[in-house]
Amino acid sequence: MSTLTEAPPPLAPAEPEGKPPRKRGRFTPYWLLLPGMLWLVVFFALPMIYQASTSVQTGSLEDGYNVTWHFATYWDALAEYWPQFLRSVFYAAAATVLCLLLGYPLAYLIAFRAGRWRNLIMILVIAPFFTSFLIRTLAWKTILADNGPVVHALNSLHILDLTDFLGWTAGDRVLATPLAVVCGLTYNFLPFMILPLYTSLERIDGRLHEAAGDLYAKPWTTFRKVTFPLSMPGVVSGTLLTFIPAAGDYVNSELLGSTDTRMIGNVIQTQFLRILDYPTAAALSFILMAAILAMVTIYIRRSGTEDLV
Amino acid sequence: MKTTPDNSGDVRLSGISKTYDNGFTAVQPLDLTVPEGSFFALLGASGCGKTTTLRMIAGLEDPSSGTVCLGDQDVTHLPPYKRPVNTVFQSYALFPHLDIFENVAFGLRRRGLKSVKKQVEEMLDLVQLGEQARKKPHQLSGGQQQRVAVARALINHPRVLLLDEPLGALDLKLRRQMQLELKRIQTEVGITFVHVTHDQEEAMTMADTVAVMNAGRVEQLGSPSALYENPNTTFVANFLGTSNLIEAEVDTKNGDDLVLRAGGGKLVLPQARCSGPTTAGAKVLVGVRPEKIALTHADDAGTVPEGRNRVTGKIADASFIGVSTQYVIDTPVCDEFEVYVQNVERDGRLVPGADVVLHWSPAHTFGLDAAQDIGAGTEEEAAA
Amino acid sequence: MPFLTWLKRRLVVIAGLITLAYLLLPNVIVTVFSFNKPKGRFNYEWQQFSTDAWQDPCGVADMCGSLSLSLQIAVWATLGATLLGTMIAFALVRYRFRARGAVNSLIFLPMAMPEVVMAASLLTLFLNMGAPLGFWTILIAHIMFCLSFVVTAVKARVMSMDPRLEEAARDLYAGPVQTFLRVTLPIAAPGIAAGALLSFALSFDDFIITNFNAGSTVTFPMFVWGSAQRGTPVQINVIGTAMFLLAVLFVLASMLITNRRNRQKA
Repeated sequence: MSTLTEAPPPLAPAEPEGKPPRKRGRFTPYWLLLPGMLWLVVFFALPMIYQASTSVQTGSLEDGYNVTWHFATYWDALAEYWPQFLRSVFYAAAATVLCLLLGYPLAYLIAFRAGRWRNLIMILVIAPFFTSFLIRTLAWKTILADNGPVVHALNSLHILDLTDFLGWTAGDRVLATPLAVVCGLTYNFLPFMILPLYTSLERIDGRLHEAAGDLYAKPWTTFRKVTFPLSMPGVVSGTLLTFIPAAGDYVNSELLGSTDTRMIGNVIQTQFLRILDYPTAAALSFILMAAILAMVTIYIRRSGTEDLV
Repeated sequence: MKTTPDNSGDVRLSGISKTYDNGFTAVQPLDLTVPEGSFFALLGASGCGKTTTLRMIAGLEDPSSGTVCLGDQDVTHLPPYKRPVNTVFQSYALFPHLDIFENVAFGLRRRGLKSVKKQVEEMLDLVQLGEQARKKPHQLSGGQQQRVAVARALINHPRVLLLDEPLGALDLKLRRQMQLELKRIQTEVGITFVHVTHDQEEAMTMADTVAVMNAGRVEQLGSPSALYENPNTTFVANFLGTSNLIEAEVDTKNGDDLVLRAGGGKLVLPQARCSGPTTAGAKVLVGVRPEKIALTHADDAGTVPEGRNRVTGKIADASFIGVSTQYVIDTPVCDEFEVYVQNVERDGRLVPGADVVLHWSPAHTFGLDAAQDIGAGTEEEAAA
Repeated sequence: MPFLTWLKRRLVVIAGLITLAYLLLPNVIVTVFSFNKPKGRFNYEWQQFSTDAWQDPCGVADMCGSLSLSLQIAVWATLGATLLGTMIAFALVRYRFRARGAVNSLIFLPMAMPEVVMAASLLTLFLNMGAPLGFWTILIAHIMFCLSFVVTAVKARVMSMDPRLEEAARDLYAGPVQTFLRVTLPIAAPGIAAGALLSFALSFDDFIITNFNAGSTVTFPMFVWGSAQRGTPVQINVIGTAMFLLAVLFVLASMLITNRRNRQKA
């Protein structure tokens, strides 16, 4: 029959006797990481360093540039372009809030109320991606055209008077105003709000709504006390995915705005590709990056959701 | 390597242990032999090292020391796919992207067999799933998935089949049914089964031999009845069923029996059934199973036969559970003495508050070393 | 007030559908205006119905060339980013190693960086190295920004995968290579596919980074950008509509196929 003896406790840590125990894949993770990480280091991290160094160079295109630790470029750039910085933050924030207000009901609808239409609506949210966003943004030129139905309707409802008063629009037109740019930004980044919201809403157990209702919570209270807090991860990543690209965007401002709606992205693009003032462009880009990273870090800390990735 | 020719199919673990990188020792060095063709159960609470032991046999975990032998063959350093051992995983681990047929055929195909159709169909018939061959695992019920997992492992005719809590995810009724089914299959194919479970009832119904594990060690090993009737440690006494343990002291020896002092009275214990010290004055724990005890109302104390161990007490609680009535009795030697009485002739006077005499045969008494935790194994059982 | 109650119950649905309309309105305009016959150089005002553009989609100089270039770049960028990203995702989920935090940050940062910043800094690098701008610089940039999205998609899938499945495969006589090919890869496939699809869409539609690093090479988005200044041909609406319809049809077809397959098996 079976035998059993309790062996004495080991005197020393197990020594490799004869064949050493298999140590498969001690270096495997590094091999797996190497190519991709190398790519990101060379084409993402290294350029950032180059850019930082460019921003403190002086010289000219003809004579070449040298690092002179000329930090004044930063002050000059800020002094000249602070309105565009401020405008970028303001437009991006407005677009983010609008995306949240517009996107939440749709994400909620897909997650809880769509039933068998869920897949179809999901497709309709994603499918526009396959039409180039530039073409779709150009379509807003038609929608918001000066003699189009939208402007007519806003005009006859006297909404344009109000937005004129607030400085969002100017003189009975929407195109080439801040409103058009924010509208375009909202449109372009709305799916980036809806998808993370949907993902976190979908994870919520529908029975929680019933439980809250059972515990005397009215629908609105249920939403405020149960649904919304549980969807916070989606809200946080959605706002980040909307705010960050919106703050750096220059396409909407260029296509739907005017010289009065220029954002910091427009300035960087012009400096880099047309004026060829590389130090100023690099400094602006560096300031934008630092500002965004700082805002994102504070936001993530405050919302208490650190595991976004 | 010690080998004897007549046990060529045994699984032998020698000095095997497992300490993880973080310093946690899951399995203390242990020696264990599973005889060929037996149904062997490793029983213990979660975290006791039973699953780690199983995984070391399968090759899914490298032992920190010691060797694993299948018969004459040292397989300690063989990867799992080179061992003639197959596993039925906890929650089955059926491949979700393959249908039932391909799941079962997986092992055969990996070994390069071309015509697997006949074998797979026979195996599916054995587990009564012939109709479901082209379904995906998620389309089957828990019990059916479990049978697929068994079929997928058995079709390879392994020398040893390892089962890691294979019935844990099933409801009670299905679990009873599958226990009998597994036992039937094992008898039919004659392969050694090593079954890991935390369910003592499951281990006892199915296995020929049970090893009770606790904190990385084997506490006791033997047939289910030996373990139950004569546990050697408080852990086994409490983890397997329920035991009443009384603190006592050895008084004298009387032939093959020990006479013990407990509370004010005397108890008799056959010396062969005492795993603790037997010298006069030594402390021991005297144990008796609740169903071995008879209850007699104090008024009838005179009718209790001579030669039986007796303890007096007062009924604290009685619960009727159909086949028996479970009493909790407050006694001077132990304040929560449990007694199960078959509902054959119920004495109407046995209600809470009644004074009673508890009595049982010395042959049903066991003795344990008092230098251990009297409550070991009670919490684990509640958790399991 | 039964109407108010009705409205109140369906408030979320109505608001959601309004958002959906807002999302789809530009696509409707794009489609409608693909049948327009504009008077001037710009296709912003409705004039009259015509199928001219649909009959001659490549009738605009350089447009189809830029389209095919964009498709090529998207295919190669998808392949590159999916391969590298899948490898990183497996390393992150399956192995313990040093510098994990640094690796995670390096994956996260490109997603938390405005495109214009990455575009500008990458251009600085290329200018400093004296690299000729064109197909290769665009491809390098696209692989770079698609990589993080692939890692995120694959990581999520691999993390939710039961490690016992791979153990079961090894237990059933599959060596490391067989285990990977027959079990790990098929199960991780939906995540890899999602990452690849996302890469393709991001790469095909990218404008800002491409615009900085393309030199004189013109991709399709750059063509559209240029035409917004010079004059928008109706053909870009045709392409936009066709891609939208293709995408919807593709998804619907794949859904129908999986549905039917499931029904057959059940």
